Amino acid sequence: MSTAIYAGVTVDVNDEGFLERPEQWTREIAVELARADGIAELTDRHWQVIEFMRQEFFAKGTGPTVRALGKSSGVSVKELYQLFPKGPAKTAAHIAGIPKPKGCI
Amino acid sequence: MTTQTDANPDAAPAAAAPIAKVSIIVSKGSLEGIYPALILANGARAEGIDVNLFFTFFGMDAVHRRRMDHVKVATVGNPGMHIPTLLGGLPGMSALATHFMSKKMEELDIPPIPEFIEMIGDTGAGMYACRASVDMFGLERDDFVPQIADIITVGDFYAMAAGGQIIFT
Repeated sequence: MSTAIYAGVTVDVNDEGFLERPEQWTREIAVELARADGIAELTDRHWQVIEFMRQEFFAKGTGPTVRALGKSSGVSVKELYQLFPKGPAKTAAHIAGIPKPKGCI
Repeated sequence: MTTQTDANPDAAPAAAAPIAKVSIIVSKGSLEGIYPALILANGARAEGIDVNLFFTFFGMDAVHRRRMDHVKVATVGNPGMHIPTLLGGLPGMSALATHFMSKKMEELDIPPIPEFIEMIGDTGAGMYACRASVDMFGLERDDFVPQIADIITVGDFYAMAAGGQIIFT
């Protein structure tokens, strides 16, 4: 485990750059994580997904799949891929400061 | 005298470049023939990899409007089922096996084929039917779901797959 500094805060990250401790996350950190993923500006639609990811993670212990996101986040699969072109579940989990999703779907 | 090129099997492989594009051929029409391709395609898009799906022969059932809902597990000629061939051939066996497998997959958040095809289309993957197979089975454009962007030749497929990896299923 190593650390990184985002928005002036030192956070624990794994070797793929995912936050190890989701409680260290802030919205300011999310903005910088998004930039690192090539997303220059987080819109309201991005935030809707990010907040949903965190809610699901804290409720269930794991981030949602793209299918679950498409059904329950209020953002369709098509739009999810427009918002997060490098893969919605993975990128949104990274920005939301939660672990990378483990499933195959 | 012949000269042999000295291929050194111990040479270190070149640093693995990440896969940027895959083209997946779907040639089989059974449940266990179609799902691996769809899971690979969906999983590739989830990693930000560009995907083309090319449906050929019986694989076209996955994107055939009237057939995609009736894809079954092969219970005959499938040693992996671990049931005697004669039992596998009994009426209803294939439907039963399909029912159990579909239930299990739903629990794992794996969608049924029609929903999966729609979802993969929404991820931005390109889907195509094979010209030779379409002609052979006497099918038309209208037989396919709208996610099928075009009916293409094998030459078109290779042009589209250029620069990426090809997976045959």
